[in-house]
Amino acid sequence: MLYIKCPHCGMRPQIEFSYGGDASVKRPELNKEISDKEWDDFVYNRKSLRGKHLELWQHISGCRQWIKVERDTATHEIFKTFKADEEVV
Amino acid sequence: MSQDFRLESVGLVNRDKKLSFKFNGKKYFGYEGDTLASALLANGVHLVGRSFKYHRPRGFFGAGVDEPYAIVQLYRNNETEPNIKATEQELFEGLEAKSVNCWPSVNFDIGAINNFLKIFLPAGFYYKTFMWPKSFWYRIYEPFIRKAAGLGVASTKHDKERYEHKYEYCDLLIAGSGPSGLSSAYAAAKNGAKVILAEDKPRFGGSLLTDDVNIGNQSGKDWAEGIVAELKTMPNVVVKNRSQIFGYYDHNMLVMSEKVSDHLPKTKKYHPNKRLWYIRAKEVLISSGSIERPIVFGNNDTPGVMLSSAAKEYLKVYGVLVGKNPLIFTNNDSGYETAIEFQKHGVQPTVLDSRKNPESEIIDEAKSLGINIKNSYVVVAAQGYKKVKSADVASISDDKKQLGKIENIKCDCICVSGFWTPSIHLASQSGNKTKFKEEIDAFVPGISKQQETTLGAANGVFSLEETLQTSFAKGGELSKKITDNDNKVSIPNVVEKKSSKHDKFWCVPLPAGKNYKRFLDFQNDVAVSDIEIALREGYRSIEHVKRYTTLGMATDQGKTSNLNGLQLVSEIENKVVPAVGHTTFRPPYTPISIGAIVGREVGKHSKPTRKSPMHAWHEKNNAVFVDAGVWLRPRYYKRGNENLFEGSKREAKNVRTNVGVCDVTTLGKIDIKGPDAAELLNRVYTNAWLKLPVGKARYGVMLREDGIVMDDGTTTRISENHYHMTTTTAQAANVLSHLEYYLQLVWPELNVNVVSATEQWAGAAIAGPKSRVVLQKLFPNLDVSNEGLPFMGYMEGDLFGVKARIFRISFSGELAYEVNVESDYGNFMWEKIMEVGEEYEIQPYGTEALSTLRIEMGHVAGSELDGRTIPYDNSLEGLVSKKKDFIGKRSLQRSAFTAKDRQKIVGVVPLDKKTSIPEGSHLVKDDKAPLPNPKLGHISASCWSVEYDNPFSLAILKDGKNMIGEKLFAMSPLKNKVIPVEIVSSHYVDPKGERVRS
Ligand SMILES: [Zn+2]
Repeated sequence: MLYIKCPHCGMRPQIEFSYGGDASVKRPELNKEISDKEWDDFVYNRKSLRGKHLELWQHISGCRQWIKVERDTATHEIFKTFKADEEVV
Repeated sequence: MSQDFRLESVGLVNRDKKLSFKFNGKKYFGYEGDTLASALLANGVHLVGRSFKYHRPRGFFGAGVDEPYAIVQLYRNNETEPNIKATEQELFEGLEAKSVNCWPSVNFDIGAINNFLKIFLPAGFYYKTFMWPKSFWYRIYEPFIRKAAGLGVASTKHDKERYEHKYEYCDLLIAGSGPSGLSSAYAAAKNGAKVILAEDKPRFGGSLLTDDVNIGNQSGKDWAEGIVAELKTMPNVVVKNRSQIFGYYDHNMLVMSEKVSDHLPKTKKYHPNKRLWYIRAKEVLISSGSIERPIVFGNNDTPGVMLSSAAKEYLKVYGVLVGKNPLIFTNNDSGYETAIEFQKHGVQPTVLDSRKNPESEIIDEAKSLGINIKNSYVVVAAQGYKKVKSADVASISDDKKQLGKIENIKCDCICVSGFWTPSIHLASQSGNKTKFKEEIDAFVPGISKQQETTLGAANGVFSLEETLQTSFAKGGELSKKITDNDNKVSIPNVVEKKSSKHDKFWCVPLPAGKNYKRFLDFQNDVAVSDIEIALREGYRSIEHVKRYTTLGMATDQGKTSNLNGLQLVSEIENKVVPAVGHTTFRPPYTPISIGAIVGREVGKHSKPTRKSPMHAWHEKNNAVFVDAGVWLRPRYYKRGNENLFEGSKREAKNVRTNVGVCDVTTLGKIDIKGPDAAELLNRVYTNAWLKLPVGKARYGVMLREDGIVMDDGTTTRISENHYHMTTTTAQAANVLSHLEYYLQLVWPELNVNVVSATEQWAGAAIAGPKSRVVLQKLFPNLDVSNEGLPFMGYMEGDLFGVKARIFRISFSGELAYEVNVESDYGNFMWEKIMEVGEEYEIQPYGTEALSTLRIEMGHVAGSELDGRTIPYDNSLEGLVSKKKDFIGKRSLQRSAFTAKDRQKIVGVVPLDKKTSIPEGSHLVKDDKAPLPNPKLGHISASCWSVEYDNPFSLAILKDGKNMIGEKLFAMSPLKNKVIPVEIVSSHYVDPKGERVRS
């Protein structure tokens, strides 16, 4: 079980969180004409990365904030966590 | 029966407490503090089971967790448990155990015929068997293997024992209470660190209980006792025996199984049987020690052949002699220590040492005691079937290839020592890439992967002095880092006998013309010849060899067999052992009860139970409950002998003719506030929300980004910037997360807050033609006329002094209202509704009637919004705005979603108007078509229409729009039914929706 640092609450066990997928995906703006390909890339197409991955988690059994977690998908090492509006560096 | 092999006043068992027990139906005696193994050995019982494949007689090989053979079926307190190691099971009064792997009995085992039909079960047997005629597998092999194999039988009864889970955090977690574990624990504890010290055995001390050493002018055992006693008094230390750390997981979390009650005849009241600890440790010290390795020779699985360290432990801890005429076969000094203990207790052993002229303090002591020692000598084969009777021995050449003349010497046990294998399982599980240490012919941990340090014998350090020094230092250093204290602890002086180098010799060659089986893996019956076959057949990777031969794949995970297996592969392949590499260690280190892993989450506790504030009323009024997600909801209120069908029909009919009341507290409720609330709703719902006036409700549908319907419900504008959203019971949590996702990550500029209010409000739906008069009685001062409170209207009222929210919304399709009050007043509201409704023949109705009412109205619910349908499929396309954008809109342009013959909801009526159509039935054109019969759609929900008094179903049907009036067949192979049906409109009752507006 992972041990994740919620930027709002501190170190918490994984069972308090739910996973939310790739954090680098950006939703296309509303009311903007976009191609089928762009839309498919947003809705379906994901890279299954091995290594460092920026992903979303929600602290559902805590502060309910969505956070960004930089994690190695192979080793589970967590490098850094960010608030939703925090710049990823 | 007397304990012929028990020494008087030797060992640590409690002689004052005699215990009786049964093994294979025969009664024996032992003492408190015995294991089942030590008690049986005290009674001279060596035959405990039969081996897995060949059903050869098997005895005891070890004295603890490494035991590969002595696995029994245990009977305790009217329950039975398989796969119990006799070497670990503590004796209690009335214990009963039976051998496994034998039929009809351990003494006469039919399966032993395999032993003579060796060809039947060679390496890769399981794989090769699959190649044989398929028909043979089910009829012959499978039943045969089932009967012959296995490590006992699981109980078929419900397990009445209780298992607990516990979460713990600590600074230092220390696995093992031998010299290294005690030293580091003590140093860390003195620095004020929070320490958990775990020992898998009942007694603390590890090797100090059996080794003849001196620490700080005390015997090792006394020193250990002193340290443990002091640790137990310290508030920052948790000391646990009978507790096995079996898994090392991510981010320094380890799991430990504590056997709380297994050593007792019966679990004490309010105690668990086992407790599973999830421990998050800042630092982990692995002091798991080492396990002696066997030397491989002919018939080395005969009962009476065992590890020399086990023989010493039986003697020193339990006062039990494993034999009275022992032969000791060793390649290092450990065998001599066992020999010395035998000699000191009046039994004359013979030592065979594969080394030519070893010299050390230990050997000198053995010589001075007059022990008979033969150098450059090996055991070629054990003789005896159910018990060792003698050994064929021979001298061996310096290159270990040539045997001298074979002699036979009488003995009743053979104690083997092939040097020591560090227990690196936990370190390896943590991700540590282990390295091969040439001097000890074994793997040791390499560079730490997580916050773990391996110390003592587990790290390949076999000198007590060095172990104590490094462990005291490490415990002090790591704890200082955490607590900032630096309380120096003086390291006691150590007296131990110096040993000499071991001999890199592990397998005795076969003498010419002999074909003895030489076992590597005792539990899975893998012999040297099996590995040779695998390599001959082309297997090279050690992982493949393992799986093909099953070497190391038994429940002991090859604790005694792995290294010898590697030695053999490396020898045949002419590679060095590290190049062959070892297989991956995976948790658990030793078998763990499924019950302990499951914990308390069984039966009703497998998920939480949520109840509405009116639950007690429902119970009192004969509600039959149904699980709705985690909620318990009344399915119907039973009157007399009514069944579900009769009761729900009565309730639904009463709604259509009079008035009914339904508990709708379970619906998800989300409170939405902020100046941009309307904008949020406009973006998440498919329809328009910007112009909804205050005091009005609107029905909305929300999609996922892929265009699939996520949920539906009504949202009401309570005031300018305040909305009350309802969701389905099942999707409440997902919808909240969904809104939070968009607010926090996608549109942080929107000034809106959302919070779950499901628990804050109790809800009652009052439905039926007489609902308005009931509402008027509840709120005499309000204008609840069709003009005062129109369909989809909202108002607040005072319900006999309680603040209430009144929504004119309807799921049943009748004139209906939903009243919400704060949860604490839920029951009050409910009783008032029943009270004022009495004269209008009000009846409560449950979820079954609720379903009937919505199905015949064609209102969709979870069975249609099943994660596979878009708004069109549910005839909700009228709610999809063409003007504005919203979540998931772009996906609705997908070609499959716009196909001309896209599936759509329809009504389905059986032609005979009598036969109910099972939910899930497939709709097909031709019931006689060859399989696979093309499926046109499926029945999503079925009811008995109370309006028309015949069955009615909803279905999602291909090209449903153009199918009205078609005749099809509903087929349910599960229920073995084929029903001719007609497709009708999904709006079966009141298609114009007049009632809700009346
Ligand atoms: Zn948090």
